[in-house]
Amino acid sequence: MYTASDLRKGLRLKIDGDPYVITEFNFVKPGKGQALYRTKLKNMINGNQFERTFRSVDVFEPADLREKKMQFLYKEGDKFCFMDNETYEQVYLTEEQVDDAVNYMTDNIEVEILLFEDRPIGLSLPNFVELVVTEAEPWAKGDTVSGATKPVKVQTGATVLVPTFVSEGEKIRIDTRTGEYLTRVKS
Amino acid sequence: MTERHHHEAFRLARKADVLGLRANLISAIRRFFDDHGFLEIDTPVRLPSPAPEEHIEALPSGEWFLQTSPELCMKRLLAAGYPHIYQICKCFRKDERGALHLPEFTLLEWYVAGFDYLRLMDQCRHLIETVMAPFAPGRKLAWRQNAVDLSPPWKTMTVADAFSNYAPLPLQEALQKELFDDILTEFVEPHLGLDRPVFLFDYPSELSALARIRPGRPPVAERFELYIGGMELANGFSELTDAHEQRRRFEDALARRAEKGFSPYAMPEKFLDALPAMPDSAGVAVGVDRLVMLAAGADRIDEVVAFAPEDL
Repeated sequence: MYTASDLRKGLRLKIDGDPYVITEFNFVKPGKGQALYRTKLKNMINGNQFERTFRSVDVFEPADLREKKMQFLYKEGDKFCFMDNETYEQVYLTEEQVDDAVNYMTDNIEVEILLFEDRPIGLSLPNFVELVVTEAEPWAKGDTVSGATKPVKVQTGATVLVPTFVSEGEKIRIDTRTGEYLTRVKS
Repeated sequence: MTERHHHEAFRLARKADVLGLRANLISAIRRFFDDHGFLEIDTPVRLPSPAPEEHIEALPSGEWFLQTSPELCMKRLLAAGYPHIYQICKCFRKDERGALHLPEFTLLEWYVAGFDYLRLMDQCRHLIETVMAPFAPGRKLAWRQNAVDLSPPWKTMTVADAFSNYAPLPLQEALQKELFDDILTEFVEPHLGLDRPVFLFDYPSELSALARIRPGRPPVAERFELYIGGMELANGFSELTDAHEQRRRFEDALARRAEKGFSPYAMPEKFLDALPAMPDSAGVAVGVDRLVMLAAGADRIDEVVAFAPEDL
């Protein structure tokens, strides 16, 4: 169990049966008054957020969360299927649970599946992925403004802003946390 | 030099200005009290029984506790005939950590025999005006987007008025619903002392463990707090000298602590023995770290000490 003094940004708690992460945390206390722990909490299953103030007498259950390396196999309907390469166990996530990560998921990519009490609820991608540019406007000669960018389409169907010199068929490295282009990769 | 040591040296080197400012400010405080005929005293930080207050947690130290304030020993000195005393010391409060809180912090506390809380408010203003002068050009103190004018007179506002001015519900209702601290911190404090320092005064009688109560409808504790830039800076009051009443309040606080499962404290009997001999007086505590924050324009208390607990 956690007590109020364990509360901090990033801590994961179980409240009313759901896992929550503390996204904002503030300790407030009038000199002679009670300690108030002001938090903003995000439900890790449905993304709902709310604010809640706790007191020093409150106790909390930790959320039973763990991550497991799995491989993305295929998408069927609105379900994404992942497999543990050691046990061959398969799990499914919905489009909602996969969310923006779909922009960077290629077949067979290895991801961390987030499990809450052994139920899959989300995933985290590797920080960097390499994707092939499938559609790009050709580079206009003379377009030498440094820092100029253009949108291109990559193999997952997502759109990425890249420097103007990147052309169709090239492989680029992307930071999945920011969605930003990093560099071209020689294949 | 290891990478880690290098980082540490850099971190501390960047604090040179603020640590210098801190030292100057503390010297100025001592000078003020020396000029006003006060005796600087030094009481033990380890105590067998801290003041029994409902919401202040003392850290155990062996069989005893680290002081949460020097109040009880200082009042024993007052009772023994030391009429003007001050102290700058470390105090310890368990689990208090935030942008304005360190579990080990520096407190300035002083007592004046013959004063009541109103005269002490005025002396508190005089002290802060004097020691902050070098950091407030044109008497304007810049802190957190506020320009606070330190020239007198400073504002005063009763707690009841502050609630009717700023809170979504009146003081009595907040007390009944046990939401006083919630409402105070969320709705009232952010308005206090933005353009000029504010003394909040006349507290609900139930919120003052060691202050004198003035009868009336409702009775109020002769207690004040000073706010500058929305930050609580000082807490003072006319001292309760009735030992029976004091024992009853301590017993209440200990009973409420027991209900909540907080650690038990022994009754500070030697303090209660001395209390009847204490003259009418007033005392106040000022958060020195927070005063340095104001002088240095620091947003977080960590910025004004060389080492926060996480640096140790």
